[in-house]
Amino acid sequence: MSFSNLDQLYRQVIMDHYKNPRNHGKLDDEAVTINMNNPTCGDRIQLFLKIEDGKVADVKFNGEGCSISQSSASMMTEAIKGLSVQDALKMSEIFSTMIQGKEYDAEGLDLGDIEALQGVSKFPARIKCAALAWKAMEKGLQE
Amino acid sequence: MNVEEIRKQFPILNEKINDKPLVYLDSAASSQKPIQVIEAMDRYYRTMNSNVHRGVHTLGTKATDAYEGAREKVRAFIRASSTEEIIFTRGSTTALNLVASSYGRANVKEGDEIVLTYMEHHSNIIPWQQVAKAANASLKYIPLQEDGTLSLEDVRKTITDKTKIVAITHVSNVLGTVNPIKEITEIAHEHGAVTVVDGAQSTPHMKVDVQDLDCDFFAFSGHKMCAPTGIGVLYGKKEHLEKMEPIEFGGEMIDFVGLYESTWKELPWKFEGGTPIIAGAVGLGAAIDFLEEIGMDEIEAHELELAQYALERLENIDGITIYGPKQRAGIVTFNLKDIHPHDVATVVDQEGIAIRAGHHCAQPLMNWLNVAATARASFYLYNSKEDIDSLAEALVKTKEYFGDVF
Ligand SMILES: Cc1ncc(COP(=O)(O)O)c(C=O)c1O
Repeated sequence: MSFSNLDQLYRQVIMDHYKNPRNHGKLDDEAVTINMNNPTCGDRIQLFLKIEDGKVADVKFNGEGCSISQSSASMMTEAIKGLSVQDALKMSEIFSTMIQGKEYDAEGLDLGDIEALQGVSKFPARIKCAALAWKAMEKGLQE
Repeated sequence: MNVEEIRKQFPILNEKINDKPLVYLDSAASSQKPIQVIEAMDRYYRTMNSNVHRGVHTLGTKATDAYEGAREKVRAFIRASSTEEIIFTRGSTTALNLVASSYGRANVKEGDEIVLTYMEHHSNIIPWQQVAKAANASLKYIPLQEDGTLSLEDVRKTITDKTKIVAITHVSNVLGTVNPIKEITEIAHEHGAVTVVDGAQSTPHMKVDVQDLDCDFFAFSGHKMCAPTGIGVLYGKKEHLEKMEPIEFGGEMIDFVGLYESTWKELPWKFEGGTPIIAGAVGLGAAIDFLEEIGMDEIEAHELELAQYALERLENIDGITIYGPKQRAGIVTFNLKDIHPHDVATVVDQEGIAIRAGHHCAQPLMNWLNVAATARASFYLYNSKEDIDSLAEALVKTKEYFGDVF
């Protein structure tokens, strides 16, 4: 098929997160709740963060949007669960560097599935899709 | 109409996108520019450039003549009775905001109503929300029929004696619906209301006669009709424009300036504060010449045919939902089952095909359609049936691709 470029974007693991999102749902009222959307395209995410002892004790999300925005959200929740707030923010920075196609250093953090999103850097129009959930997370942790 | 010949006038259509010939199906967002327009602007900068309505020098006169010549072309193009009724703006958005900020603020009072439709572009909703909020007036929406058209019965039910403004799009940028502006204007006038028509999606594609429509205001953008970005038009009936206050103040728009009071120039210049986008107006004039030479009726017929062909081709794709009426302008909005429109647009882009994905600046309409986003293909005079074939084939491939990766 002539879509070999696309395979860099739509990795199997991405489609898996899209079809079977992890940590999908809601947390109770005590959790920090962040609503964020992408005004230009209508992607939407609602993120719940439960912070205990400086750590992300629990995290859930729901929303609607394209495969990239929703899979990125799913991967993000998986990656930051159990991390210190500081490490979660650090991971967000690494992610941002990665999807812009720049050299990045995992700094000892386990990026797991997230690295599958590297291909987004070749599709500039889709970077903001991938970044949405991470921006919501940063906003929530900084509050 | 000879599409092959027309395509030759658009240099960008020779571009390769992702190693494929460009198939441009996003003209509703912005059209491509023919060489005639590009050269007219180039010629302006090479031989006429200076400020307008100021200098005594010859070059200033040339620039002024070019700028005012473009205004006359616009007047004739939309069949207004006088160039006093043609105000140059930055685009449809600025034109609609001008009407809202000037006419709207002055004439809409507490308890009055502003009537809109669910298919308006954000630029014909938000300015009215602001007017309604400031005046404590209410907004009312004419509902849509199942197929995305308006019924005159609903129009009659929604417009009342309290209605001051009916703001309505001529052609929907999502559904391709062509609205009966003349009939709606007649109903509005029976109730003493004015109509503000968003012509962004009609003016590039069909003959417009503002006197026949009898609308009070009519807005459109140059960049959707082969002209450059940054130039647009507000038409208004002289009887309204004369009474309206400018919303931008400064150079170019004044008659006499004192220390504490100033007076304005006559129409249309009182609404054109500051140095205008002169080359843009020249480009718009050249675009009008280009379109008129081909003929607006021919262009419209070509696009209606493309729309029908696209409906036929796309309807056969399994799992596709197409939004909007059967009879429509050259806009086809759709979704493929289980594949988000962004993903659709990214995949077809690999084939060199440019379509739009998202909410198309029409979130209330997306809510009405009960979708978050859609994909949209839109056509112009340079599109051919082959372009639509390419799209249909790419959509089938898109389904196969996601069928594989899922
Ligand atoms: C129906 C409609 N109205 C208004 C606009 C706004 O036009 P502009 O962005 O040129 O001001 C558009 C274009 O996007 C449109 O499609």
